Amino acid sequence: MDSKNPIESSPSIEITLNSSSRRSNSSSHSKASRGNSVREVTFGDLGSKPVRYGSRGADSEGFSGSQKEISDEDARLVYVNDPEKTNERFEFSGNSIRTGKYSILSFVPRNLFEQFHRVAYIYFLIIAVLNQLPQLAVFGRGVSILPLSFVLLVTAVKDAYEDWRRHRSDRIENNRLTWVLVNDQFQQKKWKDIRVGEIIKIHTNETLPCDMVLLSTSDSTGVAYVQTINLDGESNLKTRYAKQETLSKTPEKEKIRVLIKCEKPNRNIYGFHANMDMDGKRLSLGSSNIVLRGCELKNTAWAIGVAVYCGRETKVMLNSSGAPSKRSRLETRMNFEIIILSFFLISLCTIVSICAAVWLRRHRHDLNTIPFYRKKNFNDEDKDDYNYYGWGLEIFFTFLMSVIVFQIMIPISLYISMELVRVGQAYFMIRDTLMYDEASNSAFQCRALNINEDLGQIKFVFSDKTGTLTENKMEFQCASIWGVDYSGGKDSSVNEQVGHFVQVDGKILRPKMKVRIDPELLQLSRSGNNTEEAKRVHDFFLALAACNTIVPIAFDDASNPTVKLMDYQGESPDEQALAYAAAAYGFMLIERTSGHIVIDIQGERQRFNVLGLHEFDSDRKRMSVILGCPDKTVKVFVKGADTTMFSVIDRSLNMDIIRATEAHLHNYSSLGLRTLVIGMRELSDSEFEQWHSSFEAASTSLIGRAAMLRKVANTVEKSLRILGASAIEDKLQQGVPEAIESLRTAGIKVWVLTGDKQETAISIGYSSKLLTSKMTQIIINSNSKESSRKSLEDALRMSKKLITVSGTTHNNGGNSGGAVSPVALIIDGTSLVYILDSELEEQLFKLASKCSVVLCCRVAPLQKAGIVMLVKNRTSDMTLSIGDGANDVSMIQKADVGVGISGKEGRQAVMASDFAMGQFRFLVPLLLVHGHWNYQRMGCMILYNFYRNAVFVLVLFWYVLFTCFTLTTAINEWSSMLYSIIYTSLPTIVVGILDKDLSRRTLLKYPQLYGAEHRQESYNSKLFWLTMIDTLWQSVVIYFIPHLAYWGSTIDAPSIGDLWTLAVVILVNLHLAMDVIRWSWITHVAIWGSIVATFICVIVLDAVPTLVGYWAIFDIAKEGSFWLCLLAIVVAALLPRFVVKVLYQHFSPSDIQITREAEKFGSRREFGAVEIEMNPILEPSRR
Amino acid sequence: MWGGSTSSDSTRVRSIPIRSGQCKAFLSQFKQQSLPACKPVLTPAWVIAIHLLLGFVFIPIGLVTLHASRGVLEIVDRYDADCVPEEFKGNKVSYIKDTSVPKNCTRILKVHKYMKAPIYIYYQLDNYYQNHRRYVKSRSDQQLLHGLKYNDTSSCKPEESNNGLPIVPCGLIAWSLFNDTYTFIHGTAELRVNRKNIAWKSDRDHKFGKHVYPFNFQNGTLIGGGKLDPNIPLGDQEDLIVWMRTSALPSFRKIYGRIEEDLEADDVIVVHLMNNYNTYSFGGKKKLVISTSSWLGGRNDFLGVAYIFVGSSAVILSLVFLLLHVKNPR
Repeated sequence: MDSKNPIESSPSIEITLNSSSRRSNSSSHSKASRGNSVREVTFGDLGSKPVRYGSRGADSEGFSGSQKEISDEDARLVYVNDPEKTNERFEFSGNSIRTGKYSILSFVPRNLFEQFHRVAYIYFLIIAVLNQLPQLAVFGRGVSILPLSFVLLVTAVKDAYEDWRRHRSDRIENNRLTWVLVNDQFQQKKWKDIRVGEIIKIHTNETLPCDMVLLSTSDSTGVAYVQTINLDGESNLKTRYAKQETLSKTPEKEKIRVLIKCEKPNRNIYGFHANMDMDGKRLSLGSSNIVLRGCELKNTAWAIGVAVYCGRETKVMLNSSGAPSKRSRLETRMNFEIIILSFFLISLCTIVSICAAVWLRRHRHDLNTIPFYRKKNFNDEDKDDYNYYGWGLEIFFTFLMSVIVFQIMIPISLYISMELVRVGQAYFMIRDTLMYDEASNSAFQCRALNINEDLGQIKFVFSDKTGTLTENKMEFQCASIWGVDYSGGKDSSVNEQVGHFVQVDGKILRPKMKVRIDPELLQLSRSGNNTEEAKRVHDFFLALAACNTIVPIAFDDASNPTVKLMDYQGESPDEQALAYAAAAYGFMLIERTSGHIVIDIQGERQRFNVLGLHEFDSDRKRMSVILGCPDKTVKVFVKGADTTMFSVIDRSLNMDIIRATEAHLHNYSSLGLRTLVIGMRELSDSEFEQWHSSFEAASTSLIGRAAMLRKVANTVEKSLRILGASAIEDKLQQGVPEAIESLRTAGIKVWVLTGDKQETAISIGYSSKLLTSKMTQIIINSNSKESSRKSLEDALRMSKKLITVSGTTHNNGGNSGGAVSPVALIIDGTSLVYILDSELEEQLFKLASKCSVVLCCRVAPLQKAGIVMLVKNRTSDMTLSIGDGANDVSMIQKADVGVGISGKEGRQAVMASDFAMGQFRFLVPLLLVHGHWNYQRMGCMILYNFYRNAVFVLVLFWYVLFTCFTLTTAINEWSSMLYSIIYTSLPTIVVGILDKDLSRRTLLKYPQLYGAEHRQESYNSKLFWLTMIDTLWQSVVIYFIPHLAYWGSTIDAPSIGDLWTLAVVILVNLHLAMDVIRWSWITHVAIWGSIVATFICVIVLDAVPTLVGYWAIFDIAKEGSFWLCLLAIVVAALLPRFVVKVLYQHFSPSDIQITREAEKFGSRREFGAVEIEMNPILEPSRR
Repeated sequence: MWGGSTSSDSTRVRSIPIRSGQCKAFLSQFKQQSLPACKPVLTPAWVIAIHLLLGFVFIPIGLVTLHASRGVLEIVDRYDADCVPEEFKGNKVSYIKDTSVPKNCTRILKVHKYMKAPIYIYYQLDNYYQNHRRYVKSRSDQQLLHGLKYNDTSSCKPEESNNGLPIVPCGLIAWSLFNDTYTFIHGTAELRVNRKNIAWKSDRDHKFGKHVYPFNFQNGTLIGGGKLDPNIPLGDQEDLIVWMRTSALPSFRKIYGRIEEDLEADDVIVVHLMNNYNTYSFGGKKKLVISTSSWLGGRNDFLGVAYIFVGSSAVILSLVFLLLHVKNPR
């Protein structure tokens, strides 16, 4: 690894390096994902992916890394079964994990520290502290600190609860038990006590406590099967191997003197490099020799290994980067506007202090005698100045006091209101029946509470494929055998069929999965070997049952004790589907060992010797198995992709059958089915001998083994006779094509990031309507930086050409898909290796932004995150990631919004997500309906809250100008506190939760309306400034109408204060009422109720004799001018806003406005007419 | 809906499932956010109608208000400058501070129009910041109610105690009590001025103690204003009560008394006043106001004009919208 040091620091590069120079390391995760077009395969290609049958024993010797030294500085030395010595020099991390954020001691300071990341909180803290100074005490002491401490307390309680739950799960995890070798005996030990170097024994179905190198397993060949569902989300079994040399050792009996020298902990789950010094011999270890924490041991009775990475140094922990807390985009924008507001605040305070300074200066000689100032305290003996600290300080104090008085210019209540509104919105999202998955009985989950409104602004959706777009359920659909298409099974439902079964030990054995069956084909398959046709069918199903790497596992059916279910475990779901299909037609794979397989053919058990197996590789795109049949013939069965299969099929034979098959294949793939072509031939004895010797030679060779094996495979995979083709459906989830269509119409770009191979990805692309035949596909498969650069440049040129030809800019490509010939970019993980984190990123982004669809295949988990970051770093557009497996976790966390599908593949994705739901199609109501509502509501609410507080502050400010700039408030202290708590808070929260600008039906019908959020129609700086101007006008009206009406009258301060209080409250509530679109009775209650509540509060406050304003409201309300003032204020203040609103709606109505009217007057006006109107408007309002 | 007590059992039984059904329906409507609601949309017709309505409501109100305001008759006489003798014109402050100079002054007011009783007498102070922060804070409402029983008068600074003894009523406001006095001669006889019930009844009854007597008041080195009769409880010191309702704006009136007989047009009223109160040191103005009253309060044309203005703008706007709608219909 020395040569790679400069870039080693970046984890994502690390994967990329491994998968490029020694791509074989990553191949352990899925065979299906190896199907790309890499032209250069290094000689170590098959190295760490051992061929299990026939080539075992030679496995990792060919690995190029064996020659490589791991330098001592970079290495970690593990003395097997000697944890003391291992941990002597460096204390390696123990195995206990901690995901909790706080401890009991650190909770208060740390939580406060985190909460005070909100600048607003610091601001309010400073204000509260200032108010405690006697010179500045404007409000009562407790009163001033109350709101802030309330907010802090609520949040702290919430955080504490969450952390307690994390601690609890940590504790459970740390206290799990496992068997550890202590004093030559395996003893139970808690997970947290495991140390590096200890030998651990794992039994079947147990979870691995740490990353360990396998030493031996129950299997004589040293195979262990693990399920990595918690790691990469794949539910199938992976094979791992113990070294031949360590297999025979039994650590209980003999001391093992082994030193493992391995690389430092890193987060690459597909790579591992180590050397093992054993009895003077040096062996190399690769990723196939290590099992990782979080995996489950399956199908293997026990496995013994030595712990090499523990606790937080394990790969799974290193990969679970802590979820960064997300802040919604709207809130970020809002923070910017809050800064503007604070500038307002400062200027108000400055004005007041300058005026105060001037006044004090001008009256500096009279201050002692002015009755309302009386600087000197004459009653004191020494005649000190009373509460006067000199001109400069007085000005300074005036400034600070004005900050205290005007503090609610920065709306602290907004933060609480926002939280409450989000809770309400989340409630409605959770309760939405449209997003309730009946199949899995799972409701929508809102896991993050502070990014609801971001759902309304998503521009990019990054979707996983398997389990997200598809159900991850491969189903054998139909087959073409010997030129005949058997797809009749479509009509009969699965449930009707009994399915094939066999009797084993008095028990019925039947496949776990049921398959649709074509009755005609079933008939044929049962008819034996009599006709030519039946013979081909026989061979076809034999090929399906044999030509794979499936491991059959029989287990008892829980519901029926007489039945055993046959589970086919394998790395490729396609192979599983084919094996199930074969079983359904009576070719049931019963047993597989290293040398032979047993297949039950129509009730007759037959044993086939597996003479050799050529694994699937990305170059040949096919696999073959050489079987010694019971009738002593030797047959080669080959299955593979049509592109490479037809080149090895003997075209001279059965030309018409080949043609028919090709036609069927075309049919199948146009239906979006995954196709495989199957061929076979018999080997003559001489041919077999020749192949056998060269195969043996190749598989034991140390250098260039992969190339040699490939050559051998090519000699035997030739002049095949075609048998037919199979078609498998990777079932799309319900409603996926429609959902993608809706999203695209809404102007959202959907990118699919999948670990699958390119062909699969493309076929799913077609079936999900992501790709259409109209699209031009740009495919980038490169295996070096230079070629990536070149293909990117070519692609850019091409896309430019395409776009200029169609004569439209790419910007609205998403909106009006019809006009543009859309471009689809298909890129594979290998190319991304060279592109991501290099200067090519920029080009890729340019290219991708021109494409309406981007498909990334064969991408590693961190690459997914890298792609998300690629977009996130370069645009201000919002990104959403949706996925279901643990391999999507990083991308879910990186995106602005992460959505987890609560599917079959574990809970990791859901745990990391912000929102979780049952089906992909729920994305449509989530974004288009709830996202739209949330965003629009939140935008309105923030603006309204700014306005609401600013108007109040401005009224105070105007009054201050007429009180010698001394910050007297006519509005009494209690009212100003209750203003944002009781008088005006409820309506904005209710409206923020309940108001809907458009109905759900309309929003789903016209996805284009989502564009309104992209253009930030509900919240932008223009609206902000308009609101502020409006605020200024309204405050002037509120203040000056009573001021002028009562100038020179007997009015006293509390009375006019009551008038102002009521006027402000009525006004801001009516202002809100003007913006309300749907008036349900709850809205009515909230708005009118608030006004009534204000009256009641004012009356109650004025009924307290000790307050200055005793009885003021009753006195002032007796006079007609009070009511006249109120009416005049309300009308005069709202009139300009009303007029502007009407004019705006008249001259440049927004889409939403038009649709709303159409919704209301739908009976009179045709919806269609509106739609025509809508498109042209999209453009001008874009500015 | 909840059924009265007279309703029979059978109806009640029947009504329960209906109610729970309604409740369920409500809950599901609520959860799906599909509660029945009214969705008003601003159509041109509505907009024009609203503006017209505003106009037709506001203009008449404005006219009525203006009429009422005009119906209030006021005689305003600024006397602070004129009441200073010639020799003190240059230094008014020394005049007002010099206790040896007589402060009496005579003003002659002419009634222009018939004024119907009750006629209110106000004194008006301009540029007097009764809403100054230092000033409004310097009082103790507890002490006003409980007198010497209430000891904590720190809020009254700097006028909370004198010579170690507490002051009742304490604070700057009470200390600066207005103390000009007026007597009115109508023809030959003195006009009877009713100076009772000029303060709010609520203040007299609940805010100022009936058994709290002035104590140690205005005994300091610097006399701020009027003195109080220590034998009259605070609850009956109406001038003080009026004064202590601090005004909202720096130009304000405070009631002095009521004339309870009508004044005819061209009547001449001679006012003998004692010009005691010092507004000279800060440039304040003192005025004597004799005014009738209306349902509106005092004389103020502003509201009427504002209403007429708003109303007519609404009418104009409605016309503009009408034009827009006709010329450029959607």
